[in-house]
Amino acid sequence: METSPVPNDGAAADAAAAAPRPTPPAIPPSGHPALSRHVRMRFDRTRERYVLLGPESVIVLNPTGADILGLCDGRRTVSDVAAELQMRYDRVVDDEVAAFLARLVAKRCVEIDDGP
Amino acid sequence: MDRDARMNRPFGLLAELTYRCPLACAYCSNPLELAAYNDEMSTAEWQRVFTEAAEMGVLQCHLSGGEPLLRRDLVDLVRTAAELGMYTNLVTSAIGLSRSRAEGLKEAGLDHVQVSVQADEPATSDRIAGIPSFERKLKAVGVVKDLGWPLTINVVLHRQNIDRIAEIIALVEELDADRVELANTQYYGWALRNRAALLPSREQLAGAEEIVRAARERLAGRMEVVHVLPDYYSQYPKPCMGGWAARQLTVAPNGDALPCPAAQTLPLPRASVREDSLERIWDDSPMFTAFRGTGWMKDPCRTCDRREIDFGGCRCQAFQLTGDAARTDPVCHLSPDHAIVAEVVEAANAGTRRDEEALVPRPHRG
Repeated sequence: METSPVPNDGAAADAAAAAPRPTPPAIPPSGHPALSRHVRMRFDRTRERYVLLGPESVIVLNPTGADILGLCDGRRTVSDVAAELQMRYDRVVDDEVAAFLARLVAKRCVEIDDGP
Repeated sequence: MDRDARMNRPFGLLAELTYRCPLACAYCSNPLELAAYNDEMSTAEWQRVFTEAAEMGVLQCHLSGGEPLLRRDLVDLVRTAAELGMYTNLVTSAIGLSRSRAEGLKEAGLDHVQVSVQADEPATSDRIAGIPSFERKLKAVGVVKDLGWPLTINVVLHRQNIDRIAEIIALVEELDADRVELANTQYYGWALRNRAALLPSREQLAGAEEIVRAARERLAGRMEVVHVLPDYYSQYPKPCMGGWAARQLTVAPNGDALPCPAAQTLPLPRASVREDSLERIWDDSPMFTAFRGTGWMKDPCRTCDRREIDFGGCRCQAFQLTGDAARTDPVCHLSPDHAIVAEVVEAANAGTRRDEEALVPRPHRG
């Protein structure tokens, strides 16, 4: 479940490399994840992958990542998303889902509403 | 198209629509020979370029310049790029971004706006920009926020504004930006000509870094703070463009296709979208293949562990400073030419230096 971030220019990548890596945010199982308002997900025919497009970044998703984000509609909780995937893949994915979402929250591509 | 070719297609197109600009910033990276770009491409030509770009896998379209708002057809160009599914980003001084113009761009599908700010207060900002522009910028930024766009503020840092970085960050907070890019000047075009007046001292950089670190912590989750240090001070070169002709391409106002905006300075045969397809240019033109991968490298890059990390640094910088684009970027401490950079850095830190050398403004047009 790997994302490959593609920085837009060398300068930004340089800055990112120089910056200390922030601790990934904790992902509450009861939170409601959704794509950030400024981010769009679409299928890219050239690379045959779903991609996330945002200001100054392109993230190429692997199929599992795309499946997870496809379920992040702001209504399902993190637990709901993991349960749904568990059915599809027939294995436990809780940690993978949390780790994947944490990376995207850190990149401000996903927001988690912690309300009821 | 085979799979390898498909996976090696560019992600982003930097469309430099015009080099005309209402501002005259001395750190501009536009070419010195602005007059060579007066024959700008037509609306239809740009639309064809966008279509070819989208077909070959480009996902982001950065509309830049010069000042892209000086193109009367900007709304049409944004609409074309948006309809092709590309993420559209306007890189602007915001001069000329009236509410009605902004509404037109919004309706056409513009995704994101990046506005340049020269300093935190009118006197310095207007002096650097060369015209009264500070108040107009703030007003336009208000319109960007009103219309619900994500907003990035771009600040080019240099010797004459870096000491105000705390105040600059405070201004950006007040403007309620989502991102701020605090990017030290990169020394190309007009900036290279003005380097002595622009390169900060080590002490200035250390002060700024501390302020940025604190701001980053304070603003975590609210605003993304990107800080780009001047490569002249780094041990290793920047991974310029993520590798030559690997991820990005630039099209200049006259249709010249380039792996990066500074590449027009290199002694390579021109590649023009007016004469060939973008795909053929990307795959086969010497401009794009000359430094792709690692086969072109000489020592010390050729055998360096970092050759796939920083790709030998910047080809344009190597050429500008050594006359040979295939040499190691002299910024690298392993470069045999590193003394060239070290001397410039030493001069920027000499106690006897005058604080404010005169800046040579770029002209508004060629």
